[in-house]
Amino acid sequence: MKKMELPKINLPGLSDLRHANSGLAAVVKKEVADQLSGKRFLILTALVVVACFSSLYIAASEIKSAADSSFVFLKLFTTAGSRLPFSFTSFIAFLGPLVGLIMGFDGISGEKDRGTLSHVLSQPIYRDALINGKFLAGVLVLAFVIFGMGILTGALGLIIFGIPPTLEEVLRIICYLLLSVVYISFWHALSLLFSIVFRQPATSALAGIAIWLFLTLFAVFLIGMIADAIYPVTSTSDTEQVVANIRLNMLLGRFTPNVLYEQAVITLLNPSVRALGVVMFDQAIGAIDAPLSVGQSILLVWPHLVGIFAAMLVCFAIGYYLFMRQEIRA
Amino acid sequence: MAMSAGQLLVETKDLTKHYGELVAVDKLNLRVERGTIFGLLGPNGAGKTTTILMLLGLTEPTAGKALINGLDPTRNPLQVKSIVGYLPDNVGFYQDMTGEANLRYTCELNGLSPGEAEKRIMSALERVGLKNDAHRKVSEYSRGMRQRLGIADLLVKDPPLIIMDEPTLGIDPKGVRELLQLIRELVEEDNRTILLASHLLHQVQEVCDKVGIFVKGKMIASGTIDSLGSQLGSKEKVRLEVCAEPLDEALINLCRDTDGVLGVKQEGRMLIIRSKKDIRSSLAAKIVAGGYNLLHLRQSEFSLDDIYQRYFQEKEGEYEEDGASEDKSARA
Repeated sequence: MKKMELPKINLPGLSDLRHANSGLAAVVKKEVADQLSGKRFLILTALVVVACFSSLYIAASEIKSAADSSFVFLKLFTTAGSRLPFSFTSFIAFLGPLVGLIMGFDGISGEKDRGTLSHVLSQPIYRDALINGKFLAGVLVLAFVIFGMGILTGALGLIIFGIPPTLEEVLRIICYLLLSVVYISFWHALSLLFSIVFRQPATSALAGIAIWLFLTLFAVFLIGMIADAIYPVTSTSDTEQVVANIRLNMLLGRFTPNVLYEQAVITLLNPSVRALGVVMFDQAIGAIDAPLSVGQSILLVWPHLVGIFAAMLVCFAIGYYLFMRQEIRA
Repeated sequence: MAMSAGQLLVETKDLTKHYGELVAVDKLNLRVERGTIFGLLGPNGAGKTTTILMLLGLTEPTAGKALINGLDPTRNPLQVKSIVGYLPDNVGFYQDMTGEANLRYTCELNGLSPGEAEKRIMSALERVGLKNDAHRKVSEYSRGMRQRLGIADLLVKDPPLIIMDEPTLGIDPKGVRELLQLIRELVEEDNRTILLASHLLHQVQEVCDKVGIFVKGKMIASGTIDSLGSQLGSKEKVRLEVCAEPLDEALINLCRDTDGVLGVKQEGRMLIIRSKKDIRSSLAAKIVAGGYNLLHLRQSEFSLDDIYQRYFQEKEGEYEEDGASEDKSARA
């Protein structure tokens, strides 16, 4: 029989709270410095910056020819050209997850390999300070990069067009950038989780990239196949069948964070998007064909935002739990 | 941190750790007094590292408990970790940071103020002789330098208790000498307590006040080195080297029949005789009376090496007899 001692229960005061996070600031500081000074980060940032500037260049030339004056600033982020079919947003949506993954795939396993894990954890910090610090540092660096690029793109757009953004546009862009940080943080949390589960950094990186490829490339086909199998659509199908097929397709798609992100981005950066999903003709009767306000757009994608945030938290929570239970052996 | 008045700094009570079927540490009762060096001696896979991790609160014991300065590491991890410095066997530093930056990180994790940290870092680097290499990246350090940086890391933390896991592994003889010297200084000048785990016996013998012999999760003997000798000596006190001519079966049988002899073994032209007591005179008389030429007769004391060897052989032998399956599941 194991003898159990009853722990004393004290209500946490402010000093206890500070005490509980001792070392967190030091870990965050060190991890941020590590991320920013690493060559890996330099290469990734260079890639993303080049991608963004080329998209900006394309958007600028397209918009000039189109000479469309409503929400020009937002179009800067969403316009894709004919030569290079990528916009700022599609670049972030495509490369962002990769950045998040690569920043964290050896987060814990690397510490184990170098034998630093037992050394750090033998210092007077709680075990979770390390994983919290690593994740927070990743999020901080991501926020720095995403906001840096967003603001840079905006500033260049301002120089090119000479039209200042409206408050509406600024708010939408900030929402978009925040959403991107959360979305890429989801991938970062996933890569940290893999770095805890897999001993080999290569395995962990591969697992992350496999999930990324699956979700961005194959999941769409798979979902389409499932929807078609349950509600087959032929040329003679009635409307209900077609609608059911599309609904199921969307429902399943919403279980993948990249579809959630895509829909949220479209809605946030296009005020003319009034609804997501199937809108029947009779539902549209009487609707005023005008752009939505920021608040209404956010309201429309609120479930998406919560979904992405929850996915990030769930990934992190699983990693946290596994890390706290893991054996620390040098 | 104020130390309580007790003499014992480390104490374990029936500390046990199971990994599934395998018993890594079995009812360990360890007592380390303040201001001493305790050597935890055992072969690889004996459970030394597991014990250390339990003392640090990095691994939870299956049963029993450990007390560091009267505190349970699983209940008060921060208090315990703040008075214990740990030097792992392959001490890990961040390769792409300088030696100095690594120490600074340790200071920050320990919540030292920047001014205090710089002072400690400088004096620690000077003490281990790494002052000129402070601004080089750890990836450029040799193994010996890395080990010295590990000691500097302990010095900046300045803990009353230091736990070292295989500190001398992979260092050249000169480096080992310097390291042992430093370990001795840490105890004698700074009045620290050191728990040292190793399978390298000679080094332990040189610096430790007390040793514990640890095999397959069990502490099979502990005490001062002398007392270990006499613990073993209760069975066989002396070892005799005999060289006589002609060396034949009859001589071996003659020796074996002598009163007090426990065993006779031929090693080259020498007979090694283990006996309960000093039998030099009676043996010599017997050999000469038997018509042999006695060329050499020497009695040797047991060194810790012999004790170590003997203990491991005996104990491992015992294990093989009563549990061959245990060996299969034993971890490397």
